[in-house]
Amino acid sequence: MKKVLEGSQAVAEAVRLGRVEVISAYPITPQTHIVERLSDFCADGSLKARFLRVESEHSALAALIGAASTGARTFTATSSQGLALMHELLHWASGARLPIVMAEVNRALAPGWNIWTDQTDSLAQRDTGWMQLYCETGQEVLDTTLQAYWLAESVNLPVMVILDAFFLSHTYEPVDVPDQEAVDRFLPPFKPRFQLDIQNPCALGQMAPPAVYMEMRHSLQQAMEETPQRLAEMETIFEKSFGRRYGPVEAVACEDAEIILVTSGTVTSTGRQFLQDLRRQGEKAGLLKVKMFRPFPYESIRRYLKSAKKVAVIDRNFSFGASGIFAQEIQAALCSLPVHPIVFGYIAGLGGRDVTLSTLEEIYRKTRDQDLPSQESLWVGLHEVDHANGSF
Amino acid sequence: MPMDLSDRDYMSSGHVGCPGCGAAIAMKFVLKALGEKTIMVLPACCWSIIAGPYPQSALRIPLIHSAFETGGAVASGVRAALDMKGDTETTVLTWAGDGGTFDIGFQALSGAVERNEDFIYCCYDNEAYMNTGVQRSSSTPYGAWTTTTPGADWKKMRKKNIVEALVAHRIPYAATASIAFPEDLVYKVKKAKWIKGSRFLHIFSSCPTGWGLASELSVKIARMAVQTNIFPIYEVEDGLRYTINFMSKGYLVKEYFKLQGRFKHLTEKDLDQIQEIVNDDWDLLLRKAGLFPA
Ligand SMILES: Cc1ncc(C[n+]2csc(CCOP(=O)(O)OP(=O)(O)O)c2C)c(N)n1
Ligand code: SF4
Repeated sequence: MKKVLEGSQAVAEAVRLGRVEVISAYPITPQTHIVERLSDFCADGSLKARFLRVESEHSALAALIGAASTGARTFTATSSQGLALMHELLHWASGARLPIVMAEVNRALAPGWNIWTDQTDSLAQRDTGWMQLYCETGQEVLDTTLQAYWLAESVNLPVMVILDAFFLSHTYEPVDVPDQEAVDRFLPPFKPRFQLDIQNPCALGQMAPPAVYMEMRHSLQQAMEETPQRLAEMETIFEKSFGRRYGPVEAVACEDAEIILVTSGTVTSTGRQFLQDLRRQGEKAGLLKVKMFRPFPYESIRRYLKSAKKVAVIDRNFSFGASGIFAQEIQAALCSLPVHPIVFGYIAGLGGRDVTLSTLEEIYRKTRDQDLPSQESLWVGLHEVDHANGSF
Repeated sequence: MPMDLSDRDYMSSGHVGCPGCGAAIAMKFVLKALGEKTIMVLPACCWSIIAGPYPQSALRIPLIHSAFETGGAVASGVRAALDMKGDTETTVLTWAGDGGTFDIGFQALSGAVERNEDFIYCCYDNEAYMNTGVQRSSSTPYGAWTTTTPGADWKKMRKKNIVEALVAHRIPYAATASIAFPEDLVYKVKKAKWIKGSRFLHIFSSCPTGWGLASELSVKIARMAVQTNIFPIYEVEDGLRYTINFMSKGYLVKEYFKLQGRFKHLTEKDLDQIQEIVNDDWDLLLRKAGLFPA
């Protein structure tokens, strides 16, 4: 059934349809609408789950580690400082191979308190062993949340479903909300591979000496490597029931493109419009949306980018002392090809600054008119700051 | 008080605790009293090691090791999942050291008991961070040496009163116990088992390694801690009703100190001062129990 929903509400609908059993969360703007909606579902009985209103994000994830280890399907949501506070336990959840699903609303980190969108929070967690799926629309958010459970439970890894603050979390769009029966067919009840069980006592997460630790970590990587294959299988099943699929990346007009813009999140939608304009002007341009960031889809990225001359990566994030994080990873994916395009890395829209058609225009022009990038990362739309007078 | 304990042990020999470890004795009694329908949450502490490395376990109940400060939160999650499965019988037990309880884990513990989560939280108190090599915790008593309170910098703050902090949350049951009073310990665990909501047990567990104590004196020293009123054993129900379980004759604290390396730098004057603190604290406890100080 079509409903007009906020991105946040789309997450909550999926959690309800996925029959999540234990939810645990701590409020932080702009994640709050997700947990408020879920609280309503629990209160009116439309979702039969235990909702733990814990005292911090750290405890929110710790509680889910306990619940998932006891065999429950679990959910949390957070943003920014909250995700940073969870860092220790992000590693714990993946190391313990728990299929926890979290909605992460991309928000800038303080100081300079800023509640607006910025991907540095989630990308700073790229080495924690969580799958990361970046979404563009309310529909994609709902679908991806359901898919996240399927994936998580098939390879025993946790998943972050990531959505831009406000541009997605608080924007109303028509969203097709599937029937419960169809979701039940797609997502049967969670059957853990192992769990805390008094009939079969075992110890989880104990001391792992040097003789075994490395193999445990390797098995985690094997699960990551298995994921693209599992994603393809899952999307085939999903498409049969729901008529939609997304892929780890989406390529738009990349076949003959000389310059390809790489985007993630809601910038992609602006990019789609911009691409139409470019094509109308006869420019040989393409667009690649990266949805799956962990595991990083090396194969797909190489396939779509390899024949371009130049690639312009738009990063709404920054790794200080280095460059934009998507650009780094795309460079790394391409450099093993014998001939590869030149990668231009652009930093845009940090802290929620709007990435408009004219921002993209500037990025495209710079890429087209220069043979090589003048710097590792090119910051777009920086204001002139007069530090002495505090004005700009 | 009869012990009424089964012959069955849920802790096997071959664990890797030090000889005379009070924390191992505490575990043995608590598990015997709880029985097999128990799931344990074990945040980082000496017991993370004592329980044994992968793929072995010295415990015959399901056990989840967890991050240092998460004892209250992980147990909340385990409880929530069991409830969702309709299992209200299994006891969820958090087993944490004093550091994981008084200090880094206090936020999660306070959060959990404020929600009145249905679990038992046991803190075995060896009065320092032993797992990392005897550093001070907020449970380390006034006067003690640790590796972070060495020499003249011996600890000059009081031990945090964790039971009072928990009592202030008005939890259904909070009690202290000691490895030297096993009947009392077992009675309290069994009582806690049938109470609903958050239950807290603070168990005095001597540590020969960290205290500079001969390992065969482990139980004796724990008994002396109660007899000197340094560690009184009592219960508090619903945050209000105090019961003192052992009325000591008030032996002198210096007798207790003499047997341990960690207090040997103290002067007669320091000892007198500590004796006064202990006397005052005991009087205060008597008043809370509705009794008049002598
Ligand atoms: C976040 C974090 N900080 C520090 C540590 C290191 N650490 C592990 S156990 C421990 C001390 C535990 O002390 P306590 O809770 O008193 O238990 P004990 O070792 O004395 O049995 C410390 C500091 C850790 N595991 N995690
Ligand atoms: S250091 Fe102390 S508490 Fe830790 S195992 Fe040894 S005796 Fe037990």
